[in-house]
Amino acid sequence: MADLPTIAIWKFSSCDGCQLTLLDCEDELLGILGRVQIAYFPEATRAEIEGPWDVSLVEGSVTTPEEAERIKEIREKSGLVVAIGACATAGGIQALRNFANVKEYASIVYPHPEYLETLATSTPHSDHIKIDLELQGCPISKAQLVDALLAVLSGRRPNVPTGAVCVECKRRETPCVQVLGTPCLGPVTQAGCGAICPSYARGCYGCFGPKESPNTVSLAKRWSEMGASEGTLLRAFRTFNANKPAFREESARHG
Amino acid sequence: MADETRTIKTDYLARVEGEGGMLIRLKGGEIEEVKLNIFEPPRFFEAFLRGRYFTEAPDITARICGICPVAYQTAAINSMESICGVKVEPEIKELRRLLYCGEWIESHALHIYMLHAPDFLGYPSAIEIAADAPEIVETALRLKKIGNHVMTVVGGREIHPINVKVGGFYKAPGKAELEAMVPDLEWALETSLETVKWASTLDFPDFEMDYEFAALDAGGVYPIEGGERFVSNRGLDIPIDEFYEHVVEEHAKYANALQGHLKERGSYLVGPLARYALWYDLLSDEAKAAAEGIGLPKVVTNPFKSILVRAVELVEVCVEALRLIREYEQPAEASLEVVPKAGAACGASEAPRGTLCHRYEIDDKGIILDATITPPTAQNQPQIEADLRGFVGQFMDLSNEELTLRCEQAIRNYDPCISCATHFLNLEIERT
Repeated sequence: MADLPTIAIWKFSSCDGCQLTLLDCEDELLGILGRVQIAYFPEATRAEIEGPWDVSLVEGSVTTPEEAERIKEIREKSGLVVAIGACATAGGIQALRNFANVKEYASIVYPHPEYLETLATSTPHSDHIKIDLELQGCPISKAQLVDALLAVLSGRRPNVPTGAVCVECKRRETPCVQVLGTPCLGPVTQAGCGAICPSYARGCYGCFGPKESPNTVSLAKRWSEMGASEGTLLRAFRTFNANKPAFREESARHG
Repeated sequence: MADETRTIKTDYLARVEGEGGMLIRLKGGEIEEVKLNIFEPPRFFEAFLRGRYFTEAPDITARICGICPVAYQTAAINSMESICGVKVEPEIKELRRLLYCGEWIESHALHIYMLHAPDFLGYPSAIEIAADAPEIVETALRLKKIGNHVMTVVGGREIHPINVKVGGFYKAPGKAELEAMVPDLEWALETSLETVKWASTLDFPDFEMDYEFAALDAGGVYPIEGGERFVSNRGLDIPIDEFYEHVVEEHAKYANALQGHLKERGSYLVGPLARYALWYDLLSDEAKAAAEGIGLPKVVTNPFKSILVRAVELVEVCVEALRLIREYEQPAEASLEVVPKAGAACGASEAPRGTLCHRYEIDDKGIILDATITPPTAQNQPQIEADLRGFVGQFMDLSNEELTLRCEQAIRNYDPCISCATHFLNLEIERT
């Protein structure tokens, strides 16, 4: 038991969905638990093992001064740091504050904004520390999480998909929804979800974030030709991965 | 002893969703202070919803909570459809109820076996239970998986489903796809009946509270995916649109959550205990028989027995999911076209942990002008603190360690969801 690698699971600003993904690996969970020691996972256990840890999984984005400090401590005490989900890799939906005035936001929601300690921006961990592996997605894919954990445990490279959601549609033989008239972010969005939305007759809404070198300009032009307004384009690129450079820059072209 | 200070505290409460703690300060045998600290950072959903298009609210608000995204999606949809004057076909409403049954199965199974049971069995988590009694954790995981599978088939995926929209669904599943889930759901029903019996063998502290129970009135069915009125056992009976005329939210300095109170009435309880007490008569014969089988009264006022009520509700949603599949007919159109209308309305649904209310105001172009979201845990927070006061007052002779464990358990009785309530926990007990 004592020789098994230790894993700590950390929450920052988030909805808890990505760490829940681990508990949702119903078929694999007991097998994984047999190969590691859970050192820190408050969503599931009150037991704790002190650091250093072999692997830290980090969910959520940095939105408070305390979080900005905590991620540095985690980096110092962890062998590998894996950022999981759109919040941890891009800043998440709460990064919409980066385009607004956070003081105004606070006064809209809270009668006593002065009680809050919050940063003006929501940022990914890569803005603060060196990250060893990023899993994109809102939420992350179960299969990717299991593969990443097994890769880390056996010291091999993880199979993180590259390329666009379009590749997964082709593989599933889903007819292209954009050709059928539904605007779709699939061409610029990183694969990994399994192209779920188009299989439900819906355009991809980009929850896995931009793929490598996405041609957002061309896609936005096509959407315009299909009748999308500038407001629609702005909002489409400004959701769960709004702060990822490729999407941030494209949204700014329509603001 | 008279001047001794005792502090009972938990800095970071485990096995709840989100970040919070507890502080209880006792001086000379009197309770000085009881606080749920909520340090889950604020994410400002209600602010950044302003300026978004009305059809985006379900997908955006789903991200408030990874454990009950369907609750958020559904409340947002109910609100938007009410503003726009749209009433969906019964088939669509029933499909939403089925999706929601999946979320209740997943969430209740997770809470009963993996978050709450360790308190009763004396383990730090389900991981250690798995070492001694793997069958308990295997049961939990299989139940959870079945709930998740319902959400995946109907909603596209279990966390942040993609198939729901204002007006209906992007694609309605075929009957055969749903029928394929029947054998699993029949197993889940049998297992949930066993879960009720198993939970009844746990030890419960002798502790009762006097509650105002509140839940949605869904007009003749057990409330899940919506309800036009919000009612209580003490005479509250209001249209959901008047929610904010009766519920006031207060902002305490120690909590990044607003606490819900009923105007001039104070704390109240939403969630399984409330739904069960108010709507027992609407439960299925199987769920009633399960409750009767363990001698569970029609009104449960021992909050530690919420695990029993949650198990009865697990039976209920398995029965209900099977009925919904049996009676399902694939709708001709998966959704109605919804044209935005300027206006404002509330929409609510019963999250696994209690009533969730949204209110939006939109303009005639469909742009959101204002958003207010009141999650169940924010409403329950004053009642959780009241439970802690009552419990500590009655069990003050326990050691600090035992009292801390029991107080944490008293909080987990509510299956609190702190990510939700932030705009919502740290447990400390101080004794002076």
